[in-house]
Amino acid sequence: MLPRSQIWLLAVLGAAAVMSAVSGRLNPYWLDVAMGVGINIILAVSLNLINGFTGQFSLGHAGFMAVGAYTSAMVTTVLGSRLGLSPVLLRWGLFPVSLVAGGLLAGLAGLAVGAPSLRLKGDYLAIVTLGFGEIIKVILQNLNAVGGARGLSGIPSYTNLFWTFTVAAVTVYVVWGLLNSTYGRGFLAVADDEVAAEAMGLNTTRYKINAFVVGSFFAGAAGGLYAHLKGYISPTGFDFNKSIEIVVMVILGGMGRHLGVIVAAILLTVVQEPLRKLGDWRMILYALLLIGLMLTRPQGLFVWPLKRRNA
Amino acid sequence: MTELLQQLLNGLSLGAIYALIALGYTMVYGVLRFINFAHSDVFMVGAYLGFYLAPRVGSGTILGGMLVLSGAMAGCAVLGVLIEKLAYRPLRNRSTLTVLITAIGVSLLLQNLGQKIFGANPKPFPAIFPVTQLHFGGLTVSSNQIIVLLVTLVLLGTLHWVVNHTRMGTAMRALSFNATAASLVGINNDRVISFTFALGSALAGAGGILYAMNYPSIDPLMGTLPGLKAFVAAVLGGIGNLPGAALGGMLIGLVETMVSGTRASTFRDAIAFAILILILLFRPAGLLGRLRVEKV
Amino acid sequence: MSALLQLNQVTIRFGGLTAVSEVSGTVGQGELVGLIGPNGAGKTTVFNLVTGVYQPTSGTISFAGESLGRLRPFEITRRGIARTFQNIRLFPSLSVFDNVRVAFHLHLKHDAVHAVTRGPKFFGEETTLRERTRELLSIFNLERVQDEPARSLPYGDQRRLEIVRALATGPRLLLLDEPAAGMNPAEKVDLMRLIQFIQGKFKLAILLVEHDMKVVMGVCQRIHVLEYGRKIAEGTPAEIRSNPAVIGAYLGKDS
Repeated sequence: MLPRSQIWLLAVLGAAAVMSAVSGRLNPYWLDVAMGVGINIILAVSLNLINGFTGQFSLGHAGFMAVGAYTSAMVTTVLGSRLGLSPVLLRWGLFPVSLVAGGLLAGLAGLAVGAPSLRLKGDYLAIVTLGFGEIIKVILQNLNAVGGARGLSGIPSYTNLFWTFTVAAVTVYVVWGLLNSTYGRGFLAVADDEVAAEAMGLNTTRYKINAFVVGSFFAGAAGGLYAHLKGYISPTGFDFNKSIEIVVMVILGGMGRHLGVIVAAILLTVVQEPLRKLGDWRMILYALLLIGLMLTRPQGLFVWPLKRRNA
Repeated sequence: MTELLQQLLNGLSLGAIYALIALGYTMVYGVLRFINFAHSDVFMVGAYLGFYLAPRVGSGTILGGMLVLSGAMAGCAVLGVLIEKLAYRPLRNRSTLTVLITAIGVSLLLQNLGQKIFGANPKPFPAIFPVTQLHFGGLTVSSNQIIVLLVTLVLLGTLHWVVNHTRMGTAMRALSFNATAASLVGINNDRVISFTFALGSALAGAGGILYAMNYPSIDPLMGTLPGLKAFVAAVLGGIGNLPGAALGGMLIGLVETMVSGTRASTFRDAIAFAILILILLFRPAGLLGRLRVEKV
Repeated sequence: MSALLQLNQVTIRFGGLTAVSEVSGTVGQGELVGLIGPNGAGKTTVFNLVTGVYQPTSGTISFAGESLGRLRPFEITRRGIARTFQNIRLFPSLSVFDNVRVAFHLHLKHDAVHAVTRGPKFFGEETTLRERTRELLSIFNLERVQDEPARSLPYGDQRRLEIVRALATGPRLLLLDEPAAGMNPAEKVDLMRLIQFIQGKFKLAILLVEHDMKVVMGVCQRIHVLEYGRKIAEGTPAEIRSNPAVIGAYLGKDS
């Protein structure tokens, strides 16, 4: 008998498979939105592990996403043409491998950023991660092998409902599972009081690095999905504004809340297209939303007075 | 040799601008212990104020240029005080993170309002001071570079005097030393904080004008990169330390200019962050700063 | 038998200030020792030195024969030293239960990977830990509030919870930093009983920093006295009470 959480995971995967099979009959606009929702859930939930549960503050999530997007796109475009695999094998074999590769490289980047900067608190860490995002952008713009500033186009569109929601479900499962264990309560302890956590025998550096690496891994996988959804990526697509978009989802949903952040990710993705008609007003609205939220409801919009269970 | 001197000069005049912005970061950090993310956008507003003021005061002369500069500084001071009053003051005693997120919000707001009001396209910045090229041997000095250095020197001198020899400056130092004690001895903390924002924002406004003079086009997102580099300068010098911020700015400007002259020039924008990570690793208190020991 | 905790000529300077100067002393196995001194004498600094929050400028600290130099606080906790804080540092947003459960962490065999794979071993260990947490909470009569967030507890309960949390790490030496601060006389009597009860029940040594002389004299077997970062006396409560240097330190030199 599997634990309940794993049954849930399998159920979501099954549903994703069924939806994917009939996706040809869905309205392409909503199909696109649905996959956007899935990708944003991955991004928001993975950032929530870092910013929400562990109490760090990363402004460079888009940078990790970029690492994953480029890695995964390179794997499918370069390897894909050389291996001579059948289309089915490409989509169902090489593509997931490329997502994992993108995630691993992004995780490695997370380790590289996290390890030196974790002795920093709040705002310092925010600046370092922001700077890291900029460095990634500059490096990508100077790498001719990946198209430089022009970007990378002709990425096969392997992303479908099944893969999107499989990765999303795995992300939610992993983050939830990590936190709902005695080991995982350590993340929350680190967020609450680092000195006390250390005094209770928790290796706080390790916890923070773990949060960074796991968070970046999934951001990288999300990047891979994004690349194979849009077919084209460029360094400027993963700039500071993209990071802010993810931060807004986490803040809106309530930092360190599972459900609220997922709801916020869905909501913000769905309203994004209608909001695009507002042009520049969209970002102004975002900015006012952030300021207003901090002034009136810093705990997030979708936070209900739930008692934390000892699950 | 001439080449090196030329680079040195270019680096100093770029560094002077970073120093002006860095001072604002460091002063606000001193009194409120948070990084004012919107500071770099006040810098941008300064440049635009100059852009709109220039044709109205008839610039292109020394006097006209001075008028434009002072106008932009005054406008930015008002903006800085307003931002503090409306967005940060209601959050006193809330977590750093809350204030930080608000500051990011204000920064986004200024950038995007800027795109709405000023237009998203880059605009050519007018010559607000008379422009000539001077030659000393093989050395080419533009009058703009001299103005940048002169203005910066005057502003730094004034700031030094304000901080060390006026009542308000003493109050600022007291507040950054211990906020509770400062209010106990009768210092009106809110007024001092407003004053600090006015001072820092005015310097950023001046920085905006000087920057725009040397990079002849301006756009609403122009603040981000110089802002980040100036922040790195503040950390390099030791955050909260005024001479440190000035020194840090000069160093960052020099390093950036030196790198621009080499084959790695395309990476010049990444250099500042590499420096940031190195300082935080090896000397987190900065060059002139002192580390605070957390009380347990 | 050698001492459990041994300080040898320990000194720490912050800039120009020497907070602790050449302090030596021991805590024996299962012993209850007091550390007293006027405000600012360096008592809490000694705690921070022992627990690795600060590194001594010179001198050595060893625990059970092993030097603690250069170890990080969590590594020292894992070797068997637990502490409470002068101004309570619980995990405020975590439940009372989770505050204690997290402290059991260092007895875990499972880690991040097991938390994700969730095999039968993981659940087995989690169940055991839960039971031990509940057991510990019930000894101190805190199980009735176990689901409340720690920040909502009344002051006295927070103090006790901090002690319980420290005990969950399974220490051989417990450092208590002014546990009686802010308590009324009746609560202080309870606390004295509690400290003696803990010492007997969990078979551990306790080093107690305390301002309240009644508490210190009432429970401690031996007392170290600090003044201006230096050790000025050591002895049984009776000896300390009649020591002229100590009386001078507390009442002023002239009296």
